This record gives sequence, structure tokens and C-alpha cells, in this order.
Amino acid sequence: MATHPFEIIVGLEVHVQLLTESKLFCSDGTKFGQPPNTLVSPISIGMPGVLPVMNRRALELAIKAGLALQCQIARFTKWDRKHYYYPDLPKNYQISQYDMPFATEGYLDVDVEGKTTKVRLIRVHLEEDAGKNLHDDHGGDSLVDLNRAGMPLIEIVSYPDIRSAAEAGAYLEKLRTLMRDLDVSDCEMQEGSLRCDANVNIAITKEGKTYKTPIVEVKNLNSIKMVEKSITYEAGRQYDQWEKDGKVIGQAPKQTRGWDEARGVTRPQREKEEEADYRYFPEPDLVPVVITEEMLARIKGEVGESSQQRKDRYRDQLGLSEYNASVLVDKGRGVADYFDALMSHDIDAKTAANWVINDVLAHSTGRIKVMHDLAVEPSSLAELIKLVKGNKLNLNDARERVLREMISTGKDASTIVQELGLEVVVDTAAIEAIVDTVLADMSKVVDDFRSGKGKALGALVGQVMKRSQGKFPPALVNEILNKKLGVS
Amino acid sequence: MTFTREQVAKVADLARLHLSETEIDSMSRQLTSILEFFDQLQAIDTTGVEPMAHGVAIENVFRDDEKHPGLPPDEALANAPKRAGDFFAVPPILD
Repeated sequence: MATHPFEIIVGLEVHVQLLTESKLFCSDGTKFGQPPNTLVSPISIGMPGVLPVMNRRALELAIKAGLALQCQIARFTKWDRKHYYYPDLPKNYQISQYDMPFATEGYLDVDVEGKTTKVRLIRVHLEEDAGKNLHDDHGGDSLVDLNRAGMPLIEIVSYPDIRSAAEAGAYLEKLRTLMRDLDVSDCEMQEGSLRCDANVNIAITKEGKTYKTPIVEVKNLNSIKMVEKSITYEAGRQYDQWEKDGKVIGQAPKQTRGWDEARGVTRPQREKEEEADYRYFPEPDLVPVVITEEMLARIKGEVGESSQQRKDRYRDQLGLSEYNASVLVDKGRGVADYFDALMSHDIDAKTAANWVINDVLAHSTGRIKVMHDLAVEPSSLAELIKLVKGNKLNLNDARERVLREMISTGKDASTIVQELGLEVVVDTAAIEAIVDTVLADMSKVVDDFRSGKGKALGALVGQVMKRSQGKFPPALVNEILNKKLGVS
Repeated sequence: MTFTREQVAKVADLARLHLSETEIDSMSRQLTSILEFFDQLQAIDTTGVEPMAHGVAIENVFRDDEKHPGLPPDEALANAPKRAGDFFAVPPILD
């Protein structure tokens, strides 16, 4: 990678849709992908004279997210109206939180290539979503679907603590895993239940002086990859722009640009209203919320063991390596739960970790929400591992043949071992008989070995295994061969 | 405190209202007199008084997370000036 004479500075604003049955202030459903304008009510389409009423579950999920993000949870929080005019916002204001958000000052530790960066959070607030506009490419009417209007969102605003595109990607991945593990959100970017805007600028150092470019808010980022690509692009673009006009922060207004995935560039969008233009004021239709100690204690109970606590437990109490502990936890709660379940079938921690990381994950496709999304049930895998441990099956056959067959047929391990004739023969006499024929047939190799070519032993082991059709335990074959050759 | 013609024009623009010159004048006068009431309120000494977040001393009004069937699209769209299928149709939005 080329080194640039600048440092990237990024803050992310992430919207996460909460996993509730009904909307934030009315009882319309929340299912994605429904026919247009079927999840609507007088409240969500902004009819006069209606009254919003807050969804208790949405507040609880929001607090759960705030706790998991190590935030200070406000004991008193309230609602505000944010005014702007757009066809997808039927009331012409969005109910949001302005000066008293429910959560402030949290953080998320992000790991990139072994380096941990603490990304601090300014705030997390609750708000309702807007509807969706569909634009006609030929200049015809725009179409409005209000199914999404009023869906419960939390907005997570970070400090500009992110220093690279990779860190931004890792931050989003971590946030997504956390929100999914807590059942706060399903975080499907293509369905819009996780959305991200990036505030990007760069600090250029030249001849001992530092120049910070004006901040650009990048929108239209529909995947983590796009977030990363757009940050890299935008940083380069700002550098070129600075070389041309020399403008630094404060000398040009904050600009909004949209990511154009097809062309791989950011392009200017409509100028954003200034904050004062939103004319925030307290929402008179909703009463404030007081978060009690009882409520907090109950929700803390729901949060349970944090990812970090779980990693520490795997490393310190089970003796797993830092790497294995991280893989098991970072792949999501489904994977770690699977590992725990496997151990509960009397499989030791290191063996269980190796199987989960090297085999189970390799065979699992799609998103792992719960442990049953993984390719094979823990109890079935435990049976397979026990066959290997008991010397009834070779590890290689277990991994390459039996596990594959278990996944494609759903049959249990011992049935497949029988069907494929993979049972290991632990008959010393049978092994000795074959070893004797191999030693006789391969006398030249034996001579090589005796004259000091240690490698020749491998050829002999291989031949014995081949003639046994892989049914002998390799350790035993080695032992008998060594004995016959007079080694040790 | 006066609410200037420029301020009226700005607020009208944010609210997507098209006001004539005479309307701007009368709005400016009316809004100025409303602001004067606030000047009277500002004169009250509120030292030591906790600010209120809401006009009614009630808190924590919630509903359970239960969904109910929505309006049939025809009812939801009944007041729409224009519709296209089950969508609201609006003049083209330029981003």
C-alpha cells in the first residue's frame, strides 16, 4: 500500500433498527418486504389529532444496546421533534432525541491486525425511521411507501476516533455482532436494518505543519465494503482538492456526498440543513421517560456475559489461545454457544475449539444466528470426535469423509463409518502381517532407511496405510514399523 | 424583540411555504407580537427553578410491543392527492 502524507479521520453515525414486533409509537407491524403501505396506521401516516405512545420493548432494547456499548444510561430522557420537509416524512417532523439522549459516552474496542483502538461514542439516541421514496429514472412521479415510517431506530454516534478504512470496517463488524448477539437488531445492511454515514476528513502534514480538510459526510453506504471503499476514495479526493484550493476546515461548509458504487466515487448531494434549521423542540405529545434502577438491573441481567468476558473465560479458564478464543467469540454468539455445547458432551476445550474453528465453520454457510445454524448438531459432532479419540477412526477420515457425509445425509457418525468401511483395525497381528509384507517388498527403501535416510520411514508407513485401506491407526503402524526396524 | 422580514422568509422557506410580500409583512408583525409575550415571560425570575421537560407532570407512559393490523391501503391512501398503485405519488424528488 502506498503511504500517503496524511492521516484519515473518521467518525461514524450508525442507525440500527430494533427488533420489535411493532413500531416505536404505534402498533403497525415491522416485518421487512411487505407490500407498500400495508404497515401503516393514522399515526404512522401523520393524520392530525393522533397521539403516539411509546413502545416499552423498544426502550428496553435501546438500553440493552447502550449498556453493551459501555454507555452512561440517563436516568431521565425525553423526546424532541426534528423538523424537515421530505415526502417520506408525513408529519414533517421526526420524533427523535436532541439534548437528552438516553445514552452517552460509551466505547467499542476495535481490533485490526492485532492492534486495538478504542472508538469512543458521543451518544446513542432513539428515533423513528422515515418512509421510503422510490425515484423514477425517467423523471416521472416519485413513489412513497410509508411501511418504514415510525420503525424504531437507535442512532450510534462515534467520536472521530477511527483512523483507517479497515478500522471503520472492523468497528461496523463488531457493532453488528454485538447487536445480533443481544437480539437488539438483525443488522441486515441490504434490508436497511443497519445503516451507516461516515464523516470523513484528513490531517495533512507538510513541512512540519498540519492541515485538516473540511469534513464531508458520506451517505448511501449499503455494505461494510462500501464504507471502506468510500473512505479510502474520499480521503484521496480530499487530498487532491486540498492541493488545488488549500481549503481547510472552517473555510468551506460541511458537505454531503453520496457513494456511487458503480463508478467507485463520491458525488455531491443536496446541502444539508444546518442544525438550527431543524427547529428542534420538546415533543409535547410524549411524556418524558424516567429509567429506574430496577429497570436497569433487569436489562443488565438480559445482557449477560459480554464478548470480552467470554473471551477472557475461554483464555484464562479453558486455556485456549488468544486467537482461538477470539475466533469463537467474534464469529457471533451462535458459534460460541456451539463450542460450549460441544464441551458439554465431554469434549475437552482445545479439541472442541479446533473442530469448531477448522471444520464446523468451514462447512457452514450463510449467517449463523444461533448454534443450530451450524452445519452439524454438537451432539453428533461429539460422537464423531469420540470415535477418533477412541482410535476407532482416523482423524483424516473423520474430517475429510465422515463429517462431509454427516452434513450431506444427516446420518450419524457410526453409521457412516460402517457404510464407508472406515473402521480402524486395532488388530496388532493383522498390522504386523502387512508390515512384514511391505518390508519384504520394499527392501530398497528399508536399506535407505538403515543407511540413515530418516525420510524413508514415511514411505513405508504410507505403503502400510495404503494396503490397509486406511483402516490402521497410524500411531500403531508407526510403533510396529519402528519395532521391526529395530528403532528405539 | 422583532421578527424580521428576513427571518420570516427563512422560516417560510424551511416550511416550504410560499408567502407574498404582504404576507411576509403581516407575518413579521404577528410573530413579533408573539415574541413580545415571551419577553414578558423572560422577565420572571426563575432562579432555582428546575427546568421542565414537559408541560404535564407525568412520566413513563408505555404500551406493550404488540402489533395490530394496519389500515387497508385504500383507506391509507384515501386522502392522497395522487396515487400510483398502492404508493403515494409525489412530484419527482431530485436528490
